[in-house]
Amino acid sequence: MSELSGTARHNISFTLNGETVSGSAEPRMLLTDFLNYELGLTGNHVGCEHGVCGACTLLIDDNPERGCLTFAVQVDGRDVKTVESLAGREGDLNDLQLAFRKHHALQCGYCTPGVLMSLTAYLEHTPEPNEEELRDMLSGHICRCTGYVGMVKAALDVVEQRKAKA
Amino acid sequence: MKPKAFDYMRANSVDEAVAGLAKTGEGARILAGGQSMVPILNFRLADPELLIDISRIKELDYIKIDGNAVQIGAATRQAKVMAWPELADRIPLLAKALPHVGHFQTRSRGTICGSLAHADPSSEIPLCLAMLDGEVILKSASGERRLAAADFQTGMLSTAKRDDEMLVAARFPIAEAGTGYAFDEMAQRRGDFAIVAVAATVSASKIRLGVGGVADKPTIVEWGNIAGDELDDALNAFAWELGGYDDVHATARYRRELVRRLGRRVIEEART
Amino acid sequence: MADQIDTKPYVGQSIERVEDGILLTGRARFSDHQPTVTGTLHAAMLRSPHAHAEIVSIDKSKALAMPGVSAVLTGQDLTEMASAFLIVIKQPMQHYSLAVGKARYVGEPVAVVVATDRYKAEDALDAIEVEYRVLDAIVDPQKATKPGAPILYEEVGDNVVSTREFSYGEPDKAFAEADRVIKLTAPYPRNSQTPMEGFVVNADYIADTDSYDVASNYQGPFTSHPVMALALGVPSSRLRMRVPAFSGGGFGVKVQIFPYVVLMCLCSKVAGHPVKWVEDRLEHLSAAAAAPNRVTEIEAAVKNDGTVTAFRFDQLDDYGAYLRAPMPGPLYRMHGTLTGAYHIENLAVRNRVVMTNKCPSGMIRGFGGPQMYFAIERLMHRVAVELGLDPLDVIRKNLVPAGSFPYRAAAGALFDSGDYQTAVERAVNEGGLEDLKRRRDAARADGKLYGIGYSVVVEPAQSNMGYLSNILPAEERRKNPKGGAVSNATVNVDPLGTVSVTADSLPQGQGHATVLSQIVADELGLTPADISVNMELDTQKDAWSIATGNYSARFSSSTTVAAHKAAVKVRNKVARIASVTLNVPADQLEFADGKIFAANNPENSLKFYRVAGSAHWTPGSLPDDMDPGIRETGTWSPPELEPPNDQDQINTSLTYGFVFDYCGVEIDRDTGQVHIDKYVTMHDSGTLLNPLLADGQVYGAFSWAIGCALFEEFAYGDDGSFLSGTFADYLCPTAPEVPEPLILHMETPSIFTPLGAKGIGEGNVMSTPACLGNAVCDALDIETVSLPMTPSKISALIHAEETPPPAGGAKQAAPAPAGTGRVIKGSGETTVPAAPDEVWRTLLDPDKLAAVIPGCHSLDKVGDDSYRADVSLGVGVVRGRFRASVDMSDMDPPNSVRLSGGVQGPLGASKGAGNVRLKAVDGGTHVTYDYTVEISGKVAAVGGRMLEGAARIVIGQFFQRLVSQVGGKTAAAGTSPAGETLWQRILRAFGIGR
Repeated sequence: MSELSGTARHNISFTLNGETVSGSAEPRMLLTDFLNYELGLTGNHVGCEHGVCGACTLLIDDNPERGCLTFAVQVDGRDVKTVESLAGREGDLNDLQLAFRKHHALQCGYCTPGVLMSLTAYLEHTPEPNEEELRDMLSGHICRCTGYVGMVKAALDVVEQRKAKA
Repeated sequence: MKPKAFDYMRANSVDEAVAGLAKTGEGARILAGGQSMVPILNFRLADPELLIDISRIKELDYIKIDGNAVQIGAATRQAKVMAWPELADRIPLLAKALPHVGHFQTRSRGTICGSLAHADPSSEIPLCLAMLDGEVILKSASGERRLAAADFQTGMLSTAKRDDEMLVAARFPIAEAGTGYAFDEMAQRRGDFAIVAVAATVSASKIRLGVGGVADKPTIVEWGNIAGDELDDALNAFAWELGGYDDVHATARYRRELVRRLGRRVIEEART
Repeated sequence: MADQIDTKPYVGQSIERVEDGILLTGRARFSDHQPTVTGTLHAAMLRSPHAHAEIVSIDKSKALAMPGVSAVLTGQDLTEMASAFLIVIKQPMQHYSLAVGKARYVGEPVAVVVATDRYKAEDALDAIEVEYRVLDAIVDPQKATKPGAPILYEEVGDNVVSTREFSYGEPDKAFAEADRVIKLTAPYPRNSQTPMEGFVVNADYIADTDSYDVASNYQGPFTSHPVMALALGVPSSRLRMRVPAFSGGGFGVKVQIFPYVVLMCLCSKVAGHPVKWVEDRLEHLSAAAAAPNRVTEIEAAVKNDGTVTAFRFDQLDDYGAYLRAPMPGPLYRMHGTLTGAYHIENLAVRNRVVMTNKCPSGMIRGFGGPQMYFAIERLMHRVAVELGLDPLDVIRKNLVPAGSFPYRAAAGALFDSGDYQTAVERAVNEGGLEDLKRRRDAARADGKLYGIGYSVVVEPAQSNMGYLSNILPAEERRKNPKGGAVSNATVNVDPLGTVSVTADSLPQGQGHATVLSQIVADELGLTPADISVNMELDTQKDAWSIATGNYSARFSSSTTVAAHKAAVKVRNKVARIASVTLNVPADQLEFADGKIFAANNPENSLKFYRVAGSAHWTPGSLPDDMDPGIRETGTWSPPELEPPNDQDQINTSLTYGFVFDYCGVEIDRDTGQVHIDKYVTMHDSGTLLNPLLADGQVYGAFSWAIGCALFEEFAYGDDGSFLSGTFADYLCPTAPEVPEPLILHMETPSIFTPLGAKGIGEGNVMSTPACLGNAVCDALDIETVSLPMTPSKISALIHAEETPPPAGGAKQAAPAPAGTGRVIKGSGETTVPAAPDEVWRTLLDPDKLAAVIPGCHSLDKVGDDSYRADVSLGVGVVRGRFRASVDMSDMDPPNSVRLSGGVQGPLGASKGAGNVRLKAVDGGTHVTYDYTVEISGKVAAVGGRMLEGAARIVIGQFFQRLVSQVGGKTAAAGTSPAGETLWQRILRAFGIGR
């Protein structure tokens, strides 16, 4: 691949929540800014821009990754999923979202999309975690409102529900 | 908090990547997982001319057994290594250390070799490679060379890698029967960089203790299989030799305390 | 006194939140996602790398010439366009949105760039050239009060800018007659709950009307609205503030957006376009706000049986560099409750406000409570230990007696209701205190370090807007007495009879919309789902007051009342309309299940929506004196919130909840880590409007309190450098660090609020740090401990003496550098194979000097003994360009010279000084040197963990190489072991490497 000049915008195209999207960006544009400002997405939130807080966590090829540590040009041709992918077309919440509401796992809701995306990937990877394992995974997120209690309860609830269905 | 402008190249092969390095020289930087590099760029603490993205080079995404070592390619993510079913048997020390490296969400992107190339003195992976007397493979347009871990990491964020070279693989020696391995660290929160990280290997005749986070690179010491007061004295002497330093989170004295106390813990654990 | 409301179907129920659907699907628009006008420009700020420095000059010409840049403003520009902000006290302390004349803290905005996007705006920051004259900084509040300390405001002449003394009862007599006087010094650190979403301002200047339209995630109180309007020089009606419905956490911090609102307004005026600014994390941590750190010296007069007869406080509250209104609120908001939950009639207080070179303090959750209760509750623990009593018995002995409510506390708080004794006994039983004591005994028998701590707190809610006037003497207050607190809410019924609600509480995630929907649904016989709540606020359209906003647990005991009043008005109006058709007197109608019906004949009913809609459709059929349409605003100010009286007593808040906590902690002897074994927290917050959300508030406050107690502190170096600029340095606890507390509730309704509700969101921020502090002191049998109780600190308390180094045994490292990591001291020596004369000439030859300074782009001799250089410095991937200056003084050719100077660039700044001594020896010159380097600015702020060592090298390298060059080119080869790199040598020189 040839070099992309740092001072020009370059066309990129990728799959976002199941649909092909495209636009242009300088190499330095962060994926978070591209989603927010170029594509007008509202679900991906920026909390620290240095990879610690986890608010911007999204899925790239189904891996949970920090949007703020990714340049938009890096996802050219890939599959990106954000919180907007979770609910059904009619806005019907999925099991994780319902459990978050039931257990008051969110207050301001700013960190929530990142947490939901992490949990989405994690429960695929580890379908039946215990509380300690869940808390260990959640250590990749900072939430200032909830004390994490509701999140842990919601996730354990979903684990039980999915076990019962399986 | 936005990066300065840089040129970007997504390399499809090692040859492409090293050609980019050869062309741009000092101003070029390899981008693998970006978990250390991109925060530095966002803070504008670095000013590279060109980023060479190797994260999609398929030939670098592998774990293989080669002779008496496990060789891990430069695009191989930490999560993939952690999930490798043979890890606990082949490299038990790395298996014990990897859960301490960042978080689920950063290990899914961060690479083994990226951590080695970044050479942070508190990082777990460089400590493991040094403890096991592993090697790295460096490649440039003009050839390839191997370096022992001890010769590779030269200090704080500094390695013996030349500007025209990239780290293409790391080689972790396979565990030996009759040797115990243990790892522990003190971080204030789960997943933080360690204030002090300690690793131990113990065999019938030898204790090897490695410490990260105290000096400018992992420091390894070897003793006979000592115990009791003799071990305490050796740990104390080692702690004082390392010295330590004060920062916002911990004093030099605390670092020495951890060398003595966590050092003892991991040695006892490795013995059993 | 308010009449109490009967229990209703929804109020008091744990219903799920109406806010959650839109948040969980990512459709909620937070401030950064609000639509912007095409052509909106973006701002970025240049911030001071120095804690205290005169701004000699600012050259913005290069920045203005950069691509995409529309405007660059400096503090000087602001003085020509705006007025300084009003402050609460009468002192000549001018504050503008940008530094004027001098910068007083690291991170203070010095200039702002407006450009087409944020990336380009930040590019231009690097091109602004600022010349600073660095001044000595003062960081420690106690040292700042001493003569000779650097002064922040020369016009004031003293860093202590306000001192007030208060006396209630007969404190001197009580102390004189006491069996014992027990004292404690309780320092409280700087911290903040750091919302996940930072500040966002979008400002648009409308030239036609000389007015401003601002959208921002500002959280009130709207006492700051007139402050902003006055600074801008417009009537407040021409400063339209719009606040979106969703905000990513506030915790008080988002009050402090107001200087940036003014700044963006001015940027828009200059640029001729709307201007948007989004605060980034480094900006937030370094410059948004911190709770004031406080040094409290507290004394108790006690009897031998544990009865406390008096408290004496000496509170020194540190407001950092600027006193932004409503500071010094934290020092006065708790004033009425200075005797805590105790019946203590004698009280003496001295309050001092001190200024230091740190980020300005601000409103942060707890608002003065954590500082005060840490002092009181730690002291009560000490009283028990000193007297050999059980700490809980000392608490019990002194609690405000049951049956004495409403209770007037010594300094004036009027505690509305409670039964503290019952709350304590219930918590003891339901939380299992006896079992916890057995666990402690068993752990101690095993040789473990285990302790139990207690704390009790009275939690105030809905501040009296007159509380700050107590900072003035009574005779001055009388001219303009201030008190009260107004809340507003509006219930609207549209032509189809559906109901919507707006209110003035600016929620930051607490679920206000849900609770308002519960209250209004109950009153109108509807369900919460029937009620649309819109929590946006628009000062040009909505009812608001200076009390409007989200702070000091205001919602549950204030805005809810206004909403209830509005709903009652609507209900009464609808009932009057219905009474005509139903032929039933309005006061005999009931509302339920969407219907209005006769109480004694439910079959005689009408649908709510039909009746309500008729007020729009057929106004002619309404009763004669009735206005058409239905839109009712409830406005409320509780009469209990009176101005302070002549004895300086003030009822600082409207409602007072009660919190009792206890916990067991075990401390790891090896690592010093504090593990919370069990935590019990009992709350009496009056009637719970929604228990699910109430528990959410408790969990959240507790979680931050864990941070305050164990992890979080904004750290500063002695030179004022800021050291906590990343979330890897400022440590917010995550899921593994926050245990789940056992929450217990008791509900004693407030007698001053119609719904019986009190506040609940701040209690644990006040109770938990003290409770954990007491438990740690119990575990370690120590008198005092400071927060945060980090492993490093606790380890030093456990192990009084460090194991000494082996005698004459192993090698020993050079002593670690002193200070907190940013003040680097070192020394070294080398022998150079050249005569001192030659070494001396090298030092003075600019060309030779330039040739060896690493990354030196140019070097100019600017004076006899002064040099300026343009250099690139770096280690590893970290690299930056700096302007360096070096001055030589105390020259004694060819024997010794003193070098001093500094470097400055976008990465930060350093200043340093060193002495070089040359001595002729066999075969050359023996060179000895010592140096001190201080690092400030971005590298120091973000370097703590991520870049600690690298930052030292980056800044230290210039000086180090300069010293090396004095030794000539053989210095390195001659003194370094083979194979050692430059970096290793430098690191070794700095005491990092070996």
